[in-house]
Amino acid sequence: MVKLLTGNRLHCGQVIWWKGDGWSTSFSHAVGLAPEDGEAIRQRVAADEMINDLALIDAEEVDGRLRPLRIRERIRSYGPTVRPDLAHAGQDYR
Amino acid sequence: MYRYDDIDRQMVAARVAEFRDQVTRRLSGDLDEEHFRPLRLMNGLYLQLHAYMLRIAIPYGTLAARQLRKLADIARRYDRGYGHFTTRQNIQFNWIKLEEAPDILAELATVDMHSIQTSGNCIRNISSDQYAGASADEVEDPRPWAELMRQWSSFHPEFSWLPRKFKIAVIATDADRAAMRWHDIGVQLVRRDGQLGFRVYVGGGMGRTPLIAPLINDFVPAGQILSYFEAALRVYNRYGRRDNLFKARIKILVHELGAERYAAEVAEEFLVTSQLGIDPPAAEIARIRSFFAPPLFEEGLPESIDRTDPDFAHWAARQVRAHKAPGYAIVNISLKAPGAIPGDASADQMEAIAELAERYSFGELRVTHSQNLVLPHVRIIDLPAVWAGLQAAGLAHANLGLASDIIACPGLDYCTLANARSIPLAQKLGVRLAPREEELGDLKIKISGCINACGHHHAGHIGILGVDRKGVESYQLLLGGSGEEDASAATILGPGFSEDGVVEAVAAVTDVYLAERHEGERLLDTWRRLGAAPFKAAVYGGAND
Repeated sequence: MVKLLTGNRLHCGQVIWWKGDGWSTSFSHAVGLAPEDGEAIRQRVAADEMINDLALIDAEEVDGRLRPLRIRERIRSYGPTVRPDLAHAGQDYR
Repeated sequence: MYRYDDIDRQMVAARVAEFRDQVTRRLSGDLDEEHFRPLRLMNGLYLQLHAYMLRIAIPYGTLAARQLRKLADIARRYDRGYGHFTTRQNIQFNWIKLEEAPDILAELATVDMHSIQTSGNCIRNISSDQYAGASADEVEDPRPWAELMRQWSSFHPEFSWLPRKFKIAVIATDADRAAMRWHDIGVQLVRRDGQLGFRVYVGGGMGRTPLIAPLINDFVPAGQILSYFEAALRVYNRYGRRDNLFKARIKILVHELGAERYAAEVAEEFLVTSQLGIDPPAAEIARIRSFFAPPLFEEGLPESIDRTDPDFAHWAARQVRAHKAPGYAIVNISLKAPGAIPGDASADQMEAIAELAERYSFGELRVTHSQNLVLPHVRIIDLPAVWAGLQAAGLAHANLGLASDIIACPGLDYCTLANARSIPLAQKLGVRLAPREEELGDLKIKISGCINACGHHHAGHIGILGVDRKGVESYQLLLGGSGEEDASAATILGPGFSEDGVVEAVAAVTDVYLAERHEGERLLDTWRRLGAAPFKAAVYGGAND
């Protein structure tokens, strides 16, 4: 199991994922982190106060792709499951 | 309907300016999130799963066509082309940007709207009967009183920091269309010996501990209702459990003290508050009443209409209700076509409905706590034209009060508090039950994605509660609730289900009802007569989910 760092942009609320050297709105760019590395980045970013609801979440690697363990985070990565027209293309919440 | 005066406009404009300044300071980093969060919540701005959500107040569910047009405009310009009508008769937008929120509030102010007190531990939007001012069975229109309560509760310094949020409902009929007794305070306008007054219920609520409000006072003279409310809230403010979030609602206080003792405390406090000059003079009540004067109904209109078109006749029989004025009717607009998202309306649909309201309903609309809309004053001879307009907008579905007219909270598709999704379940159930919903008759299905019960699952004939079972969505099935004048809390039938499992379980419950019902019984009545046993046997008798 790995950790993913995620949050919501302050100015627009958009969901973002830590991609190693910054943030991406696409989950496909998210990188898995060791817990202690993730926590260090989280603390560093939190000091900026420009990302809300910063959290390290649990994920697993399935067929070479990262997948959040909780359905809540999979829906965050995808969008509302009842509005696929507003969802992130190529993402799967299942 | 009520129009803002200069004081109202100044209050709202000042609030918009204040929030604009707060947002600017937050975005520049001068204000941290810990201090900003309560400020944005006071303006109805939540951070949800995918974006900010803005909740906009629709006082007592009354909306002008020009306001709905503005909401459509906001949906297009600032959101993603749709809005969601809620069980508190409000509307929510799901894709708001913080940096644009002050502009949206400024836009709302141009049509006498705001989002003040749609969140936080204060008195929330006052809700009421969606047929107020139109139904024949009301004592009088309850909305002037609801407006009086809105003005009293807006920015009330003593009640802006209550132990928990506080919800008030006002009705004026024996039929309860507002889930009145599920509110912190629910009042029914009554007339006794020629005098107008309120029957006052205090201590209802859903959430973790569902309680139906007991009667606290059988008759409070209408002119003294504010000082009585003041007393009721002072007792709550003094004794409410601020130490425990889960016990902080007034329902817990009333339950623990007992209704009689709570009523005695309020009566004692009322001796003080009734002398404070809180109650408005008769002239002010008359001034507010004048905004709600009935529209100029035409006389001598035909009271029947050609129903030879079976589709129109079916729609009219289901969606149209009797009006107090001869020749007029109340039209219910379903936002629940099977497979649709309950309570959602696109910007195009909002504009189409606003157009119909302008042409056929004196420019007035209502939002119901069941997440539907109402055209309150339609000439009977205009019903075919309204139906045609609704058909063109994809809104002519006929299912009011039937199985597919499901209440559902936003659930885990949007809400950060939810444990499970509500909307997909409502969609599946709607599609599954729609083919036989006429046969099933009056059936209230209500779905919440978490224990906070925004989907009113406790008050459903069939209630469904989404829970998190080891990271997997699971659903509990409840039966026997009612939000109407025969209010009751639903009880859990047994172990939970998967999403598909609970759809099958609901189908099994309806099978039992159809097999066992007596003449004229609703599913709720059959449940009350037979108890849980036959339903449990049908749902759990075979292989459990």
